[in-house]
Amino acid sequence: MTTIDTHATSAAAPAGAGIASVADWVTSTDHKKIGRLYLGAAGLSLVGSLVVAGLLALERVNTDGTLLPIESLTQLFSIYRFGLTYMVMLPLMLGAALCVVPLQVGARSVAFPRVAATGFWAWLVGSITAIVSIASNGGPNGGNKIFVDLFMLASGLAILGLLATAVSLATTILTTRAPGMNMRRVPWFSWSVLVMSLALLVALPVLVGNLLVLFIAHRYPTISELSGNRAISDWAAFGFTQPTTLLFVIPAFGFLADTVATATGKRLVPRGTIFAAIGLIGTAMFAAAVQSPVVIRAGFSGLSGGDKISDLVPFALVHVLPLLGAFLALALTAQALRKRPAIGAPLVFGLLAALLAVEGAAASALNHIGDAGLVGTTFEEGTWLALVYAAVLAGMGAVAHWGPKLWGRSMALKATIPLALLGFVGAALASLPMMIAGFADQPGAIFPAVEPGVPGVVLFDYSGPSALWNTLSLAGHAIALLAVLAFLGLAVRAFAATGERVGDDPWNGQTLEWATTSPAPANNFADIHIVQSAEPLLDLKTSNRSDA
Amino acid sequence: MLALPTAPAPQPRRQILVGTALVLAGVVAMVGGLLGLFLKFRTIAIDNGETWLPDGTKFSMVAANVMLITLLPICVFAQWAVYSAKRDDKPHTGLALGLTGLIGLAFINAQAFIFATTALPVGQGTYSYLFYAITGVTMALAIVGVTFTAVAAFRYLGGRTADRAVVSAHALYWYAFSAIFAVVWFVVYVTK
Repeated sequence: MTTIDTHATSAAAPAGAGIASVADWVTSTDHKKIGRLYLGAAGLSLVGSLVVAGLLALERVNTDGTLLPIESLTQLFSIYRFGLTYMVMLPLMLGAALCVVPLQVGARSVAFPRVAATGFWAWLVGSITAIVSIASNGGPNGGNKIFVDLFMLASGLAILGLLATAVSLATTILTTRAPGMNMRRVPWFSWSVLVMSLALLVALPVLVGNLLVLFIAHRYPTISELSGNRAISDWAAFGFTQPTTLLFVIPAFGFLADTVATATGKRLVPRGTIFAAIGLIGTAMFAAAVQSPVVIRAGFSGLSGGDKISDLVPFALVHVLPLLGAFLALALTAQALRKRPAIGAPLVFGLLAALLAVEGAAASALNHIGDAGLVGTTFEEGTWLALVYAAVLAGMGAVAHWGPKLWGRSMALKATIPLALLGFVGAALASLPMMIAGFADQPGAIFPAVEPGVPGVVLFDYSGPSALWNTLSLAGHAIALLAVLAFLGLAVRAFAATGERVGDDPWNGQTLEWATTSPAPANNFADIHIVQSAEPLLDLKTSNRSDA
Repeated sequence: MLALPTAPAPQPRRQILVGTALVLAGVVAMVGGLLGLFLKFRTIAIDNGETWLPDGTKFSMVAANVMLITLLPICVFAQWAVYSAKRDDKPHTGLALGLTGLIGLAFINAQAFIFATTALPVGQGTYSYLFYAITGVTMALAIVGVTFTAVAAFRYLGGRTADRAVVSAHALYWYAFSAIFAVVWFVVYVTK
């Protein structure tokens, strides 16, 4: 085994106990701590959001519709959508990235660490305030004007916080790479994080701008297309649905590539093509520029040639190219698995997450073809759930893979692989039946619509062919919740005390994060390494073998 | 024992400049999105034969034009600061940054004047929502710009004269802001 003798001399500052420990975490600018705060908060949000998802799924199954008060359905739907999108998907990916990216690129710190920390706290405060405002009859379809206003401000704050973290990450990758690490040698996961961060910087500010206009219009209402609750669904929905949410799972592909390369012990090729494929997924960001769904109109075959082109070009840009990129990234990465990989939990998580992400990308494209007749059905919700669970599985995989580098201990692999499979089964059951129910015309909405003057309107069907699919979806959410709870339990147990202590390079890795101690010290590296290829540790190990 | 070759810790490659550019990309996306909404609703209103600009709405075009004109000296002075900083010319750097900040304040003053003298209640309809959102954002950006100028001045004049990247990033901010405002000026104040 290769030994790396470049351990940092400065260990992480002792956390202390009680208030000192809390203060240490609250004021920390160590990227590994901020990243773990993101992961922890997103994990808690995930459990809460899945409970809400389960309740709503149960309500769909419950044929007399008396399980939940009808007035609360709107709020629960809003919590479900906002929670899983902006309190789980994106924070999980950004949190994992914040923990790992500086280590992968050989940097001693993240760029603008205070900005990253401020981003986390802005996101946390904004998200909690948004949930409180929804629960207080605010939110996209709330009846309390003040809390609807507060929801928009809080959502904007949360998104700005996430953007601040994205800026910090992108700057880290662009400016603080180890000597010799040109952009072509950037590790897979870091590349995918860069693509996601840049795409977020194009897409999410548009949403923030729209929330600002909607806030003004809601605060000073008149007869206007921008006033009222309906306008919020019309002009902010693009930030909560596909293809915008596809941007949030781009790191899943980088994670898969990293784990495949590690598991096979070989260089993953063709590097440039896989980079380009991951980059193509980012073209989904242009959907935000349009601010409304990019669709191929119903009755497409009857349109004139010019109309067909005007539908096809934007559709290709925001739906086909990302799908092509996702498919290529998965296919090119997975073909390396022919080289007898060492099957580990991170690889299984990565593969299943990427599969779900490709499924979500394909379904998103289909959902926007007018002639498919899926607009306004639960198909959209099924698509969104596939992407949400892709992020969840990728996040869990990232914790299993890089946990040793953050905590110095590893999770029990024998127990973790079944959890990956269980999570995937839950994800598939939660999302696919919703898509099938969409084909059966079960109505759905991005936000639950409330008709003016009506106390509450339920937009889903309780009977007919949808009943079976609703039951399956409920089972899927329950299984996913079980898998998540079991994973969290295992992770806490393993990383807090009882996990097996591991060496610096437990997976026989190829990239720089495995060249420092486990857990990594506060400043990541004692020495800055010179990199001569994309797989510096593999070079070292190969030369070690040939020398011997 | 084998080890990866090591090197002295390199200086981050223009970290503040890159970070500023990324933030500006986000700002361009946000203002672009708002202007897209403005143009979309204007087109709808005109196509439907509705009134877009509320009756009696008049801006001080003098103030709007002055705001545009102030951006030229702002860019010149910001670049002067970069030029002087590269030559370690502390007095000229300070003077250039001071003038940039002063003219930035004049810009904010002109925008505040437009808000104070335009007879357009916020709750007047789609036009007023978008007008105040777009001009409010540009005013906020100008305030951020002046703050950036102050920070750059304090850092540089405080002795961190090797920290030229901040002065360069500051200049980049004002260039981008000038471009953004030029578009806003044309869409919101000229073509309305």
